[in-house]
Amino acid sequence: MTTTVDVVMPQMGVSVSEGTVSRWLKAEGERIEKDETLLEISTDKVDTELPSPASGVVGRIFTPEGDTVDVGTKLAEILVGDAGTVGPQVAAPVVAPVLPPPPASNNGSGVPGDAVVAPTSAGGDGARFVSPVVARIAAQHGVDPAAVPGTGSGGRVTKKDILGFIGPPPVAAPVASTVASSVAAPVPAVAAAAAPPAPAVAPTPTAAAPAPTHQLTDATAAAMVQPIPGFTGDERVVNFTTMRKAIARHMIESVRTSAHVTSTMEVDMTRIVKMRTQVKDEIANTWGVKVTFTHFVMRALIDAIAHWPLVNAEIRGESAVIKSFVNLGVAVALDGGEGLIVPVVKNAEEKNLVGIARAANDLADRARRKQLSPDDVAGGTITLTNPGIYGAVHGTPILNQPQVAILDTEAIVKRPVVLTDAEGSDTIAIRSMMNLCMSYDHRLIDGAYAVQFLAHLKRNLQEWDLSRFAG
Amino acid sequence: MAEKTYLQAISDGLRQEMERDERVFLIGQDIGVFGGAFKVTQGFQEQFGERRVIDAPLSETAIVAGCTGAAIVGMRPVAEMQFCDFVSCAWDHITTVAAKQHYRAGTPIPITVRLPCGGGFSGGPFHSQMYDGYFAHCPGLVLALPATPEDAKGMIVEAIRNPNPVLFFEHKNLYRRIKGEVPDQLYNTPFGKARVARAGSDVTIVTWSAMVWTALDAARALEGEGIDVEVLDLRTIAPLDFAAIVASVQKTSKAIVLYEDTKTAGFGAEIGSRIAEELFEQLDAPVMRVASADVPIPFSPVLEREVLPQVADVVEAARTMNAY
Repeated sequence: MTTTVDVVMPQMGVSVSEGTVSRWLKAEGERIEKDETLLEISTDKVDTELPSPASGVVGRIFTPEGDTVDVGTKLAEILVGDAGTVGPQVAAPVVAPVLPPPPASNNGSGVPGDAVVAPTSAGGDGARFVSPVVARIAAQHGVDPAAVPGTGSGGRVTKKDILGFIGPPPVAAPVASTVASSVAAPVPAVAAAAAPPAPAVAPTPTAAAPAPTHQLTDATAAAMVQPIPGFTGDERVVNFTTMRKAIARHMIESVRTSAHVTSTMEVDMTRIVKMRTQVKDEIANTWGVKVTFTHFVMRALIDAIAHWPLVNAEIRGESAVIKSFVNLGVAVALDGGEGLIVPVVKNAEEKNLVGIARAANDLADRARRKQLSPDDVAGGTITLTNPGIYGAVHGTPILNQPQVAILDTEAIVKRPVVLTDAEGSDTIAIRSMMNLCMSYDHRLIDGAYAVQFLAHLKRNLQEWDLSRFAG
Repeated sequence: MAEKTYLQAISDGLRQEMERDERVFLIGQDIGVFGGAFKVTQGFQEQFGERRVIDAPLSETAIVAGCTGAAIVGMRPVAEMQFCDFVSCAWDHITTVAAKQHYRAGTPIPITVRLPCGGGFSGGPFHSQMYDGYFAHCPGLVLALPATPEDAKGMIVEAIRNPNPVLFFEHKNLYRRIKGEVPDQLYNTPFGKARVARAGSDVTIVTWSAMVWTALDAARALEGEGIDVEVLDLRTIAPLDFAAIVASVQKTSKAIVLYEDTKTAGFGAEIGSRIAEELFEQLDAPVMRVASADVPIPFSPVLEREVLPQVADVVEAARTMNAY
């Protein structure tokens, strides 16, 4: 298909109205390229060369050499064929770029000439285009894209098509504790999702997360992503809060990092129960502090650590880093399943019972009122949690990285137990019994060590000395 | 908290930061007595005096190079180019000295250069350009392009506090056209963090500056067709929050890069290339770009509409992507 492009006498200056053809450089029928000089012209002002506006073959020449014509007169024609390109065009305004359509499956001509991506075929008739993401998903799931009904352009399989074909992912199995092969202590069965207040790992609280100095933008952005209210069919989707996301991340990373083992020790808390009843009012009146069983356990724990320092250590590479201080984290559950947070009593080894109670109460109170600072939750060396307040008698807490031990204090339950007196006679007595469940990292702490630590702690509690809190 | 225009937000940010930090001063043409060509600095010279709000001679080089010198002796200068287009006169200084001084001699150059940029109002070729493509190519510069009044205030404050030379692109066509809630107190918005202006699941539009509003208008129009568009406002293209782009493309697998600069070798081309390079296996369609035609920006309103990306162009691109 041939088109003709006109060559006209140009206006060589504002006041110029005509021009003379001086010399034709090409003859009719000769090939010429765009911008190649076609003829020479002269006017009052200037002699100049005229380039061809197109590539093609010189057609008719209307104005012979020596003739003077008005500006705008057609001098010649250029015949532009298939191989020719038409002259300069204004750059086209950008709208949608043309995407090459993927080959249609029932189009007998097969692959189009300028397809951008060759079909990454996984079998079938091979004519339907498979995009990279579809190929990846197909490979991951062992699905042949040719077997998937396609709703995309040209009948191709889209990402949505193959995801719909595969179906929703199966419900994730509960995470089992990792156990080292040479464990000495018995490994309790995994309670997994069934242990509700097994508050364990402390998430980095939202205050410590890289918070933008300007809160509003993130809140605005968060408001853009609305959880779907109400139920859709049988389900209601509630998006994770920032705290929940952090907890989720920390929990799974902790399980992947440490060799979790849990050991349990039964403790007779009868003595502590009596003691607390005796002294709590006096302590409250003298020092303005409310003392709980947990505080007793905390104080006893610190003493035991002095004899078994590895439970307060940290693993770095292939070394154990022993600390000369105890920063005791105490888990606080937040209302409504919102999450948990573990503020830390710093240098707990310097505090007596009253000091520990005061510090722990202050932290718990501020945690519930969301007034903790990033410093309050950083630097813990060991963690204590007390699901016992809800009645649990056993737990398998998850370590609060990078710590190597975490203690659950379970419920104090009155049970009949056998007591042996000094002469060796047995009687049955009603005693307040509490389980202490400690999870620890078997990379550093062996079962024997852990249980001996627990035994020491048990002794501290069962033989609690009144003088311990006064000093 | 109050509703402010984009221009008022910038003005507030400048004023509050100048009140907080004595080292901050402004220099530019007509910013003092006249209050600025767009009135951003109206009343500033009365409040801060001639030494802190300086009416400069007609020399962009003198303005920006003077700022570099002042920064070296410990001040926090903010230069205004009356129109972004004129910054080309200070080109050599910015790319040769300001961008490279820290690399060469360890001297930070904490200058801010404010650039009223962009078109859409018949400004013609010398008053409508986006210079982000040119400068994004020069290592050592920070490029900030806020789209909202709230970001405009927080980001001008961050620009002043930032130890790098910051090119602060204020889009002229947003100055009085766009209003939003802006906190009253002084705050700074960190650089290198994109913002999801609209969450969606079908197609991602990666964009910045005034084009964010074009994308949002397009997204609203496409809602009716059942196409759910995610609009990602980059806020800064250097540093670039590529992680945000990754997250979005992983979700939608379809990406459009929308930018007001001319298409060829504009910064959107770099983004498109990186998406293709690093997210190939996430893509369910080729990466598309919607940008200005490769011509000088016309004065004629009719022609300008043909050159600059319009809402209809974005809508059509999204439709094509969705149907692919």
